[in-house]
Amino acid sequence: MPSLGADMEHGRITEWLVQPGDTVHRGDVLATVDTDKALMDVESFSDGVVTELLVEAGTDVPVGALLALIGDAAATATIPPVPPAPTTPPVPTPPPEPSTPDEPTPPPLPAPPPEPAPPEPFPAPSPPLTPHAGDAPNATPPVRHLAHRLGVDLAELRGTGKAGAIRRVDVERAAAAASPASPAATVSVAAGPGPDRVRSSPLARRLAAELGVELAAVHGTGPGGAITETDVRGAATAAGPSTAAAPAAAAVDSPEEAAVRVPPDRAATMRTAIGNLMARSKQTIPHYYLTTTIDLRAAMDWMRTANAGRPVTQRLVPAALLLKATARAAHEVPGMNGSFEDGEYRPSESVHLAVAVSLRTGGLVAPAILDADTLPVDVLMDRLRDLVARARGGRLTRAEMSAPTITVTNLGDLGVESVFGVIYPPQVAMVGFGRVVEQPFADRGLLGVRHAVTATLSADHRVSDGLGGGRFLGRIDELLQQPEEL
Amino acid sequence: MTDQHQAHDLLRRMLRVRRLEETCVELYSATKIRGFLHVQIGEEAVAAGVMSALEPDDAVVATYREHGHALLRGVSADSILAEMFGKQEGCCRGRGGSMHLFDAATRFYGGNAIVAGGLPVAVGLALADRMQGRRRVTACFFGEGAVAEGEFHESLNLAALWQLPVLFVCENNLYAMGTALRYTESQTDLALKAAAYEIPAWPADGMDALAVAEAARRAVDAVRSGGGPHFLELRTYRFRAHSMFDPERYRDKAEVASWVERDPIATLRATLQAEDRLSEEEWTAMQQEVDAEMEQAVAYAEAGTPEPVEELTRFLYTEPATP
Amino acid sequence: MKTTYREAMRAAIREAMQRDERVFLMGEDVGHYGGCYAVSLGLLEEFGPERIRDTPLSESAFTGAGIGAALGGMRPIVEIMTVNFSLLALDQIINNAATLRHMSGGQFSVPLVIRMTTGAGRQLAAQHSHSLEGWYAHIPGLRILAPATVADARGMLWTALQDPDPVLIFEHGTLYAVPGELDDDAGAVDIDTAAVRRPGADVSLITYGGTLPMVLEAADRLATDGIDAEVLDLRTLRPLDDAAIAATVTKTHRAVVVDEGWRSGSLSAEISARITERFFYDLDAPVGRVCSAEVPIPYARHLELAALPTAERVVAAAREAVHAGG
Repeated sequence: MPSLGADMEHGRITEWLVQPGDTVHRGDVLATVDTDKALMDVESFSDGVVTELLVEAGTDVPVGALLALIGDAAATATIPPVPPAPTTPPVPTPPPEPSTPDEPTPPPLPAPPPEPAPPEPFPAPSPPLTPHAGDAPNATPPVRHLAHRLGVDLAELRGTGKAGAIRRVDVERAAAAASPASPAATVSVAAGPGPDRVRSSPLARRLAAELGVELAAVHGTGPGGAITETDVRGAATAAGPSTAAAPAAAAVDSPEEAAVRVPPDRAATMRTAIGNLMARSKQTIPHYYLTTTIDLRAAMDWMRTANAGRPVTQRLVPAALLLKATARAAHEVPGMNGSFEDGEYRPSESVHLAVAVSLRTGGLVAPAILDADTLPVDVLMDRLRDLVARARGGRLTRAEMSAPTITVTNLGDLGVESVFGVIYPPQVAMVGFGRVVEQPFADRGLLGVRHAVTATLSADHRVSDGLGGGRFLGRIDELLQQPEEL
Repeated sequence: MTDQHQAHDLLRRMLRVRRLEETCVELYSATKIRGFLHVQIGEEAVAAGVMSALEPDDAVVATYREHGHALLRGVSADSILAEMFGKQEGCCRGRGGSMHLFDAATRFYGGNAIVAGGLPVAVGLALADRMQGRRRVTACFFGEGAVAEGEFHESLNLAALWQLPVLFVCENNLYAMGTALRYTESQTDLALKAAAYEIPAWPADGMDALAVAEAARRAVDAVRSGGGPHFLELRTYRFRAHSMFDPERYRDKAEVASWVERDPIATLRATLQAEDRLSEEEWTAMQQEVDAEMEQAVAYAEAGTPEPVEELTRFLYTEPATP
Repeated sequence: MKTTYREAMRAAIREAMQRDERVFLMGEDVGHYGGCYAVSLGLLEEFGPERIRDTPLSESAFTGAGIGAALGGMRPIVEIMTVNFSLLALDQIINNAATLRHMSGGQFSVPLVIRMTTGAGRQLAAQHSHSLEGWYAHIPGLRILAPATVADARGMLWTALQDPDPVLIFEHGTLYAVPGELDDDAGAVDIDTAAVRRPGADVSLITYGGTLPMVLEAADRLATDGIDAEVLDLRTLRPLDDAAIAATVTKTHRAVVVDEGWRSGSLSAEISARITERFFYDLDAPVGRVCSAEVPIPYARHLELAALPTAERVVAAAREAVHAGG
């Protein structure tokens, strides 16, 4: 069957114009073919004698099927009919198709191939070794595909279509009949979105997995209650930079308050998250600790002068100076400011200084003051105030939550003298400040009473050692002795 | 009068096109060639005559019925058939197919399957020659169907306005697919349309290779010597369907038969034999030579390598030169 | 040096004409009129009618002639008055310029540059105001540029002319009069990468061309709200700078695409889809889009404004994205 157009896949011989024994020439019309569009002529591409017609008039065959044999005129008598497709094993003449019972059985042609195989480019697949060998199920490719997808065996189906063709609906019916027992169907229902689904952003899901946070227990603040990055970080950071700090923070709040504000399951979740994170820190980060006491006389004097004449809302507190000094020291002394990830320390150019803020609901968050080393003290003070207020109001921005390069915990307000923090991964250092107290202080052979603070450093031994850590604390001390330069 | 050498040359050219096209039809029926296939059996005198008048560094822009144009411009039958087989050895590495044959070496710019889409490009090629002071001619082939397109009018106007060296060759085979010229044009004398743009234009018998060659030579000479664009209307006829799928409801067999009597190959052969300028031996030798060329081309295309799928996205943008 | 987008573009054409004698400019009213938007004003006097070619109103023919001339060894700059008129040349741009190289198996290059005005904002109504560059960016074989700054207006043309393949440059009509500072030695710029016009941490505003100034204004307004927006200027619409999109989205985790084209089937849809395909697990909010209303651009000022992306709408979309994340 010749291809008579780009979209022609099959054609029906409507009439043979030649008979076996006829001599034909190149260009002669041999037969007419009904394609989907029109009646077309089939021409001969060679000279010779028609030895055999292989396809009856009225039969629909695919493009490429052999229609007739034309032999060399001289040698015709000696040329036996050649089986058209050597790749097809010989198959006995098939029984009449059950689909065409009303048509009289055609007189068997000499050796008719059950399905004329197309020539070379499309070798006929070997028929399956079943009792129905050679009878491919009568179904179009889309229907076969559907059957495959639904796990329906076409051989078991009775087609209701034209000439017994298996239709889409037959397959669907068979699939439906089988489905109540089908485990696949049950699974697909269970896998569908259900009431248990936790609404969350993709980033939140990824982070929760990374930080070991159970999403189901996190309170979502996004649209429709969706859990966002901030919620997950909030839950994770609740672990706080310091295990010591968390109980302390909880201790200030009255039990009544805590009971009112914190749903019990949420408090428990936060505690679990704190536990997980701090355990990870202690297991993976080799901490070392240094402590020093810093004379704050100069700092307190300068601050008193600066605060003179300011309204109460704009006054500086010692924490602002401590933070600024820490930020600058972190910028100057290597090995304290950055992150340790994938076995590698990545120092940070900017200093995003996280401040541990205890929440009234229990637990902690540690949002960052971005670029703290570059901010004038007044500005830093404003930022600190704003940050603490927003942290307690749950209105932190993503950058504040995710950017920190070093953390400070200041437990001075609680009367604690010194704090040895647990480093917040993947940071590499944590600075703790205790209460600013008046204490006896020896200076140049004289004993006096001074304001002083105990500063501690917890640092990552994979990144720095005691010498570097000592320089860092020493630099904080130095900076605090010249507060006007801060 | 034309010398014998040229007459033989034209006959051989037409025979090569005829055999190439017959080969294509057979290969298409055998599903070796797919897609759309438009053959020019019956129209061979057009490409044969015009190509004989061009120089090697001239440019050619053709339509989607262009196998013969490519062949006679110098693209080998090997690479033309390999292209239609989708092989790496094809002139466009299997990306163009029957309708888009291109060849840089012979300055063959397609193979354009948008009716009239090649005319503006031809005008631009001529503009480049004009601006760079080269005495080259761009021959642009199109069917009479293109005359209805805006691009035809825009291009003729621009070429005439700027006096560019283009030869417009209208292959008038009377049918735009299946619609006769009289159903689509208010003015069916196409040379008149071109003349309206102040372009020298005249018709010639597109079934007579000698007449086409003579007309093309005159026109090409005029264009090359700075005479601005010229226009030839070559009246011809395709014996076979528009493309492979065409039940030909729009014309009757008697009309086709009357044109087949004017078969350009048979006509020239008869003329030469009557004048005793072509012996039977010469004719047989010519046929054998052409048959051998096509047999070789089929074998070449069959033996070719399918363009690897890994190369699919190549030739979209210029690739950086490898150091 | 103080200059305008228009003057920068003219300087770019002048430089190209001076540096390469194969370069010429062709289009409607580019010569005696001085260019519909006065870009080529004075160039006819400077370079003569052979190289500053007024054409008939035949978009298809002169665009196709540009393709042919490029094939023939020239470096044409074809100016189409406005993107809506380029529809008359679509056959040549898409069926020829974009396909010839591939269809010929790599034998022919088309080193052609087509410039055209795009966009709304000048009360020119529905046949002079559309933003169809996203359509062209759909077509493999073309390179699509959208200079949004004076420096890009000055520098993209020469680089485009060096490209062996067809390049379309879309100049937003509202930009021509925009003043800007230009280095005295400003010259060619790359046409491969997107540019961060304003760094930020909280949300990425991704845009190009005529909407860039408005988006920068929106970013300033967001800053006063404490939202730190990053503004990415795509510059090249095909091929898209995927690396730059990746960098900004993985940095801010939120994106709003601002595109003067219509939303349906648009460039903004493409960018949004790419972000979702590749960075789903980095997103903390759905990708937002600010596009033109799905109507032909109307004439009346208040209607036109209502149809176009505005700073207010960008600010609102950015806020929504940020607050979706808390």
